[in-house]
Amino acid sequence: MSKLKSLTKKQLFLPIFSMILVMLINVIYDMACGNAPLSFFQIGIKNGFLYGRLIDVLNRGSEVAILAIGMTLVVSSSAGTDISVGSVMSLSGGFCCMLLAGYGVARANSYALPLWVGLLGGILIACVCGLFNGFLVAYLNIQPMVATLILWSAGRAIGLLLCNSQIVYVRVPSFQILGAYVGFLPTPILIAAFCIVIAALILRFTALGTFIQSVGINKKAARISGFNSARIILITYMICGLCAGIAGLTATSRIYSADTNNIGLNMELDAILSVALGGNSLGGGKFNLSGSIIGAYTIQAITTTMYALGISSAQAPVFKAMVVILIVVLQAEPVKDYFRKMTAKKAAKEAKAA
Amino acid sequence: MDSNIALTMRGICMTFPGVKALDNVDFTLRKGEIRALMGENGAGKSTLIKCLTGVNQFEAGEIHVDGIEGPIVNKDTMDAQNKGISTVYQEVNLCPNLSVAENLYIGREPLTKIKTVDRRKMNQMAAQLMKELNLDIEVTQNLENYSLALQQMIAIARAVDMKSKVLILDEPTSSLDDKEVEMLFKMMRSLRAQGVGIVFVTHFLEQVYEVCDGITVLRNGTLVGEYTVEELPRVKLVAAMMGKDFDDLASIKPEGSMNVEDAPLEIEAKGLSHAGKIKPFDLDIHKGEVVGLTGLLGSGRSELARTIYGADRAQTGTLKVDGKEVKIKNPIDAMNLGMGLLPDDRKAEGIIGDLSVRENIILAMQAKAGIFKRIPMAKQIEIADQYIEMLSIKTATRETLIKQLSGGNQQKAILARWLATDPSFLILDEPTRGIDIGTKTEIQKLVIKLAQEGKSLIFISSEIEEMLRTCNRMAVLRDGSKVGEISADEMSQEGVMKAIAGGGASE
Repeated sequence: MSKLKSLTKKQLFLPIFSMILVMLINVIYDMACGNAPLSFFQIGIKNGFLYGRLIDVLNRGSEVAILAIGMTLVVSSSAGTDISVGSVMSLSGGFCCMLLAGYGVARANSYALPLWVGLLGGILIACVCGLFNGFLVAYLNIQPMVATLILWSAGRAIGLLLCNSQIVYVRVPSFQILGAYVGFLPTPILIAAFCIVIAALILRFTALGTFIQSVGINKKAARISGFNSARIILITYMICGLCAGIAGLTATSRIYSADTNNIGLNMELDAILSVALGGNSLGGGKFNLSGSIIGAYTIQAITTTMYALGISSAQAPVFKAMVVILIVVLQAEPVKDYFRKMTAKKAAKEAKAA
Repeated sequence: MDSNIALTMRGICMTFPGVKALDNVDFTLRKGEIRALMGENGAGKSTLIKCLTGVNQFEAGEIHVDGIEGPIVNKDTMDAQNKGISTVYQEVNLCPNLSVAENLYIGREPLTKIKTVDRRKMNQMAAQLMKELNLDIEVTQNLENYSLALQQMIAIARAVDMKSKVLILDEPTSSLDDKEVEMLFKMMRSLRAQGVGIVFVTHFLEQVYEVCDGITVLRNGTLVGEYTVEELPRVKLVAAMMGKDFDDLASIKPEGSMNVEDAPLEIEAKGLSHAGKIKPFDLDIHKGEVVGLTGLLGSGRSELARTIYGADRAQTGTLKVDGKEVKIKNPIDAMNLGMGLLPDDRKAEGIIGDLSVRENIILAMQAKAGIFKRIPMAKQIEIADQYIEMLSIKTATRETLIKQLSGGNQQKAILARWLATDPSFLILDEPTRGIDIGTKTEIQKLVIKLAQEGKSLIFISSEIEEMLRTCNRMAVLRDGSKVGEISADEMSQEGVMKAIAGGGASE
């Protein structure tokens, strides 16, 4: 009992609990349909590729997970959200395809420039976007949502302009690798895992986490104690841009084309939600990266579950909203307090009875 | 209930995880009485007040308030206010970006016929209230345009205007200068005459004897006793608070005060200034010297120190540190030259509330080391434990969030943050504000010890006595400029007061 209590007090308890809840819905559904109860977790190999619903969640959730890394840091340092990440994804993908196909070319069967130039270009333009956002927030003291609103609306449009207002297809197999498979493993899973590991290592072996949290909790005190608060906020926005760039290239490679109107559409909201689902305060300060990552995959698990349940893509958002409400309510402080009081009362009753 | 009694609390108990914060505490307040609530840091003063005002929920005990049948339980501060219990905290809890009038009437705005806020009436009422209290304040200005002291007066005005039966003043004087304290006392006395019961929490013993009728002493969460002022002279009060006889704060300054005049210079400031805050000043500080900055609140004491440190960037003049000319743009530049600054506003500029005591202590060290050189956890723990013990910081564990500590212990942790960087020049801005006497002496001793080790210090305090005990020399500030220095021979309570007030030939 006491073990259970200490477990429920951990910050990660609820994000993990939510994840398990979503998985449980799957199990119940499968049992009701007469499938094997654990078919959600079944992993098989089909045509030489890993296959299964769990794999699908991990694969499709990669972009949001990568975005969640950057978003967590931005939220922590500036108590605000970067709503431009979806647009920046699209811009980064568009720029990369334009470099690879050549300006104005809608369909390319060979590269105009080497692949690495395209990828690097995509990453760089995303970093520049991040720096732009960070500059507005950190040095001009513009509110994060307003500052990033600029690129939220302009980023996608610039991407479209770069692609000469058309969908640019890059039909070269080596370009598809980021969104396809390495051996039997889906590459996006590897990319996300790589980003997560790098982020975890940086937070573990440098003092970046302390710097970001200090600035997020008390900017003035952090400055007096020798932190360059503005620069740290700038860095977090740049990292967020970098993450958006990586996610954008992955999304572009999946469909081997720069569909600037749709890449990363509304994904900023999923990224923000991941941070919140992970038990992080959107008011800045303390953060827990693992929470955000779990949050990101939970969101994808919900989406995948919807489709598995046969809910149409038009209805899915409604059900998704319901699940999100449930999870968010469970995590709310007053609800937690209520449960705490209930357990205390129960314990008192038992003690009396004894 | 006796009709003369405004408030009684009986057998209040309250536990925080791991600590019994209040154990069976009684408290009585008569109508028209000013009662001091005294105790060291962590004695339970703040907790008792929070229980009374509904911020904390106490576990056992009863509270009775005049005019209400039966025991009351306050759900929150609003509830307490409705029952006639108002509080003004040490840190002003108002909205800086709202106007003074809005702050005064927030939550109880006068309404027009169509239920919108009647701004004209609100401003009139506010202006009237300010006039009654002799405050020269334009009520339509934003609160942030006024000094901390005036903000505090506005907070009190708000509490007073709510027809309180019980007014709690939690360390209201710690950011006020003498004149403002006098104003406050005048206000308190007139409220007493109207029959309001006032609970006065302070660390300034003189003030207790100046304004209070009774004293209630707490120690380690238990009640030591309830006394009248006559029953409990100063020495006995200190003994009651500390639980032992107290060797008075006599000379902690070593005999034959060291001769620092011949020591090399650590700091040489020439013509430094920051527009609107401090006019150009010169200041030399020798190695091993403690220089006090004195002057009224807002005279530029803090600003002078902040300009040297780069918290406010110097716009003119030159600064030499250890003989070399330097440019300081940001605090980190100053830190790399061996400086440290303990700011006066602990909540706004000192603590990182949501981080642990350990993280707060190693913060400046980590900032100096940079992002990439993370101090290993074992080292962090070692340093944190070392300072927790050395400064006897009262905390449940080193991983406790610093915001959960009492004010004095927070201050010690911030002091530890700077000591950990082993500074050669340390600026202490009101290091003893809101700290109990025992700790005050310890900090003063520490200052002298640091100076003996050859470190230079700037010491800023509103308490002249404390400065006399620690400083080798004092610089006097008035209206944002440095107007003179007082050498060791001339340093006396009277001499300093005169210098601050600007007496002498000029007037």
